[in-house]
Amino acid sequence: MTNKLRKTGLIFFPAFDWAISPTHPEREERLLYTQDQVFEEGLLDFDNIIEYKPGMATVDDINRIHICVPDASSVTTESHLISAGGAITAADKVLQGEVDNAFALVRPPGHHSMMVVHGARGFCNVNIEAIMVEYIRHTYGPKRVAIIDTDCHHGDGTQDIYWHDPDTLYISIHQDGRTLYPGSGFPDEFGGPNALGATVNIPLPPKTSEEGFLYVLDNLIMPILDDFKPDLIVNSAGQDNHYTDPITDMRFTAQGYAILNDRLSPDIAVLEGGYSVETALPYINVGIILAMAGIDYSYVTEPDYDPQAIRQSPELTQYIEKEVELIHDLWNNREAQKASMKKNSEFISRTKNIYYDTDGIHEEQTETIRVCDDCGGLLTIDSRANFMDRIFAVIIPRGSCSMCRKKGEEIFNTTEQRPFKHVYFQDRERDVFHVK
Amino acid sequence: MILGIDVGGTHTDAVIIDDFEIKKTAKVLTNHENLIETFQEVTETILGDENIDDLDRIVLSTTMSTNAIVQGKVNKVGMILASGPGLAPSMLKINEHTHFLSGYVNHRGIKIAETDYNEVSSISQRLKDVGIRHVGIVGKFSTRNPELETHIADMINTDFEHLSFGHRMSGNLNFPRRVATTYLNAAIWNTYRAFVEDVLKFVETIKASIPIYILKADGGTSDINQSAKYPVGTILSGPAASIMGILSLSNFTEDAIALDIGGTTTDIAIFAEGVPLLEPFGVTIEGHKTLTRGLRSKSIGVGGDSKVSYDNGSIVIGPERAGPAAAFGGPYPTPTDAMIILGLTDIGDKQMAEIAVGTIADKMGVSVPEAAQTIFDLSCRKIADAVNEMIEEINNKPVYTIHEILEGKKISPEALFVVGGPAKPMASRLGDLLGCPSHIPDHSEVANAIGAALARTTTEITLLADTEKKTMTIVEEGIQQEISPQFEREEGLNICRERLRERALKMGAQEEDMEMEIIEDQTFNMVRGYYTTGKNIRLKAQIKPGLIAGYRKEASI
Repeated sequence: MTNKLRKTGLIFFPAFDWAISPTHPEREERLLYTQDQVFEEGLLDFDNIIEYKPGMATVDDINRIHICVPDASSVTTESHLISAGGAITAADKVLQGEVDNAFALVRPPGHHSMMVVHGARGFCNVNIEAIMVEYIRHTYGPKRVAIIDTDCHHGDGTQDIYWHDPDTLYISIHQDGRTLYPGSGFPDEFGGPNALGATVNIPLPPKTSEEGFLYVLDNLIMPILDDFKPDLIVNSAGQDNHYTDPITDMRFTAQGYAILNDRLSPDIAVLEGGYSVETALPYINVGIILAMAGIDYSYVTEPDYDPQAIRQSPELTQYIEKEVELIHDLWNNREAQKASMKKNSEFISRTKNIYYDTDGIHEEQTETIRVCDDCGGLLTIDSRANFMDRIFAVIIPRGSCSMCRKKGEEIFNTTEQRPFKHVYFQDRERDVFHVK
Repeated sequence: MILGIDVGGTHTDAVIIDDFEIKKTAKVLTNHENLIETFQEVTETILGDENIDDLDRIVLSTTMSTNAIVQGKVNKVGMILASGPGLAPSMLKINEHTHFLSGYVNHRGIKIAETDYNEVSSISQRLKDVGIRHVGIVGKFSTRNPELETHIADMINTDFEHLSFGHRMSGNLNFPRRVATTYLNAAIWNTYRAFVEDVLKFVETIKASIPIYILKADGGTSDINQSAKYPVGTILSGPAASIMGILSLSNFTEDAIALDIGGTTTDIAIFAEGVPLLEPFGVTIEGHKTLTRGLRSKSIGVGGDSKVSYDNGSIVIGPERAGPAAAFGGPYPTPTDAMIILGLTDIGDKQMAEIAVGTIADKMGVSVPEAAQTIFDLSCRKIADAVNEMIEEINNKPVYTIHEILEGKKISPEALFVVGGPAKPMASRLGDLLGCPSHIPDHSEVANAIGAALARTTTEITLLADTEKKTMTIVEEGIQQEISPQFEREEGLNICRERLRERALKMGAQEEDMEMEIIEDQTFNMVRGYYTTGKNIRLKAQIKPGLIAGYRKEASI
């Protein structure tokens, strides 16, 4: 480990009075034993670990990045505002220089929430990292941000939100979508035409262990970060790659998570999933906190930790090495691929069918991006939930060029409310949000 | 009639309270080399020709334990730690005689690795070889299951004079603090017990069988014999006496600030609706963070005798004291000198104060009164800033439920109480700066002794019930027993209250002082797979710090 003490902010909010339902994995008990372990280790007594109370995110913070149907207050509860607020508090402490890095150990999670929100999917209502990242840009100016999502499930929400943003690198490392919810996150999902390469998916086969995860980190993620040169690194710190997680099939460990955080050295980590509440989370979280703070974590192990017993097979190692090479090539060729994709088009559309498993909603969506060399591009979205509630949204990107802005304003002004339930205008450059 | 005694750094004060009125006070110099002599002297002075039969009890606030630690008059202690996974052992080593075992329990109190008898006995042998007679045994999560600690003790208890157990120190989690607390308890064991014996012997000479109480760091009292079982509970009772003193002299029920402005430091305490706040985890002594329950206070290096200097274009106050104020022959100007010049107080030699502050005025290029004003303003501002910082810290205390985030109480002080030498000249300015009216209680010169005399007995217990594991633990009492899977929170609350009452009575509490409060009350459904497998019930109850029953504001104190 690096052995350099860092000042680490900890925003711990276990929401001991909130659950999706009494026996749901996202329930009151989830961070109970994590709290026990963190308290018992005396982590809050370290001079370089400082605990902060989370703030509450506002509707404006949500409207900066989401199109909530019908509106932000209807799709969130206080718990979501505190969870997103906790991430924002972490960001404030880091950006104001009070601490070197910060960990928002908060729930509920957010990485399955997409840009348009009709309800909850994958235990998520709003995307707490995206809300935080846009808050950072709004408050502290434009930043190149890299989000490294180490949750076992593909962060399809975060991917959707940053699909067209060349200034946000989203890298997701997750269990292969052919074997796990939400079923997406393949290497060919590589970003929209204006931002090709700013989305990188690294699906890993079931039973990948420490060796595989750290190989991907060292040989793919770190080199890509060196190329991208982010101002800020965010770890979307899901913990369900653990070998005892009840709803996944990976073999990562507390030691592995600690080493990963030590090497990745994120400015901000935000908890996502992770449902092995008793045998994994207490150790993973202590490991991550110690690693972020630069304190010896080598004694943080699960009671039954036996690296040999959960070691991945040599075939699996080979498979991962090959995949890393393939994705690295893809990354190196991104500019050429981007140019050919943009050629001769002014607008490019894609159609999505999105299922909200938590709330049982079907959404059909058509998204249209203006091909643009000068900014992330004007985006419009036509979305219908359960074949009824249809909305239309016009989104002006941060750092928009005058042409995208002009066209966007024109489209919003000339789009009649009917047949839509609402028509939204989100101007990320000027922080304006209109609904008609 | 109650006799309250406070052994302070310089003076030892005594007060006799009869029917809630101060009958008599006395003051003698503290002899740190022989505290028992000081105790005898002040007791004999104040009792004089009082009828000893009228004395109901003696309450003593003493620096005995604190001094033993500060001066290193401690036993050589061997520490046996069962640390399990987590922090590296190198970070937990408290002294050269710290040894680690491989057995441990996890956060639910489930035994993961057995204690190895050979390991224990070889450690025991090594400790004996270096002449150790006192041992602390501490397990990680031993508050969740004390068996491991008692099991180790069973293997070695004939080898040593005394064993301190981690789980008896507190029901709270925090292994490094548990280690430190247990270490200190074993370290001051002999010193404190010798003191207790001396006190008992002396008191017997004046009147047999009079109850003697000791003030603890949490502002509550304990029967002296009970306190000898946990000497570490009596550390830092000085600040607690001061806070309880201000509480008894002011007797209010709103949020308030209490300041004790001394020569070297100012101690700040906060009352929430008239109840002094406790440290969230425990008190800190000589760099040891402990689990010892204690009143929350903050000490800053600004006092009447703080050395004032002029450095790099600005005035610096404290943090050290380099002797008395210049007006009393001290070597440097002090805030007291500034207050004398400004006519806020009429003590000492004004001319000497002016000469001393003049050196600052010259460097600043202003007149002496102007320099005095700046010094005074800055002193007050530094104290006020520290108070505001402390209140902010309290109000920003992390909470873990949505309910507390939305409804959490915020401290907003309605009054300021100031005691100590410079109380009079500084109080009103401090009140202005802090936005609340200031008061200087009467008799504040013996506030600590009064605080000790009027404090009630306090204690706390922690109940954990895990119905999946079918066990209930009340660790402060060493209780671990089987429960039915149907065990409910209400049943737990009843047990909690009953056990708390028994514990308090054992410590010498009066029935009428049982002001119980449930301070933690959480129940979690434990779900494994998609089924509820049990309940995790966590309760904590306390007799909160406060004054003995019958005390009224109408009383003339």
